Amino acid sequence: MINKIVASVAEALDGIRDGATVLIGGFGSVGQPDVLIEGLIEQGAKDLVAVLNNAGVGRVGVARLMELGRVRKIICSFPRSSDPVVFETLYREGRIELEIVPQGTLAERIRAAGAGIPAFYTATAAGTLLEQGKEAREFDGKRYVMERALRGDVALVEAWEADRWGNLVYRGSGANFNPVMAMGADLTIAQVQHIRELGELHPHMIMTPGVYVNRVVQVDRGGDWLKPEAA
Amino acid sequence: MPFTRDQMAARLGADVPEGWCVNLGIGIPTMVANHVQGKEVIFQSENGVIGMGPAPAKGAEDPWLINAGKQLITLAKGASFVGHADSFAMIRGGHIDLCVLGAFEVAENGDLANWATSENDTAPAVGGAMDLAAGAKRLWVIMEHTTKDGRPKLVERCGYPLTGLACVRRVYTNLAVIDVLPEKGFVLVDLAPGVTLDEVRAKSGAAIHTN
Repeated sequence: MINKIVASVAEALDGIRDGATVLIGGFGSVGQPDVLIEGLIEQGAKDLVAVLNNAGVGRVGVARLMELGRVRKIICSFPRSSDPVVFETLYREGRIELEIVPQGTLAERIRAAGAGIPAFYTATAAGTLLEQGKEAREFDGKRYVMERALRGDVALVEAWEADRWGNLVYRGSGANFNPVMAMGADLTIAQVQHIRELGELHPHMIMTPGVYVNRVVQVDRGGDWLKPEAA
Repeated sequence: MPFTRDQMAARLGADVPEGWCVNLGIGIPTMVANHVQGKEVIFQSENGVIGMGPAPAKGAEDPWLINAGKQLITLAKGASFVGHADSFAMIRGGHIDLCVLGAFEVAENGDLANWATSENDTAPAVGGAMDLAAGAKRLWVIMEHTTKDGRPKLVERCGYPLTGLACVRRVYTNLAVIDVLPEKGFVLVDLAPGVTLDEVRAKSGAAIHTN
């Protein structure tokens, strides 16, 4: 019997090593695997490369992980938020590396990793500062930049519902980076609010098939706990 | 009188035809959504919402529904969700009819600078701007005609780091609507009420042509 449901956050995060590249889903306040990030703080892995859209808000979650000196490098598109104080301080002091990636290129690099594509060409960033150090090439008279696939050792994702096969259903705009990150890592760990019986999730509603998911942990936060943030 | 920001958004909204799929940037661009009444326009948000509706009424907010600006939204009838990879495939693959962005500078060759104010910006935030600039079918900029201290934002060549090359097709400012045409540069479409061509030219850093 296939059963990817684990009993605790600690069990879900077991084996994440120092130096790991960690893909972290979510966009704004929605779809954040916040309980798994708290768990990673407890778990202790350090020298991490964090891949996510923003560089943390306030002093909780990813910002806390950075503040504790556990993140060597951040790869993101938008290192700003309503309160990016931790990242900005570390960055100014030269204590964290930053790689800025256009948001679509970030998603596509991860998708490429998940789809077995080592590199691809895109028009995004052609002729800009973010082309520097990359191979560029013309196709049909237009300039493109070569981007490498970006694979995670681990992906931390959030979904609304899951079953024991690891099939995931998202809520509202909560899919965002989660499905692509789920397919782009060696070990994908999902935090979900509801566990359903196998067969209960409608096949058309499953955006992430369980094939991409290794572990599922339930964290029942209720339906209304999210507070929208200002940035 | 130059246009207010809301009037700029209304002026742009009047030019959006029914049926387009439109991505609106953060700030003044977002206000365009209020000015397409009576037309079916599909608003795409890069966090994977296709078919945004108006802002939610007080008490009817769903914390799971946000746009790329992290604001709470509603869904229009016919809306759908995708993840980031598919959302940006839609953007980069040329499926968005129009993207509306703000800008620091627009050059007469259509270059756009809107993501970093200098090459050593502490932590420039690009977000989805470069993807939209490279991938949308057309890009219109909506912005004040000059900076707060009066420097022109329509220029011969951008001084700030570029977001995209030769990508801006039209600019809506508080003073005028200006096309950006290959070979020609800035060409006046029309003026805000009471604004003269001489004023627009005086406040621009590149030639403003007329047809």
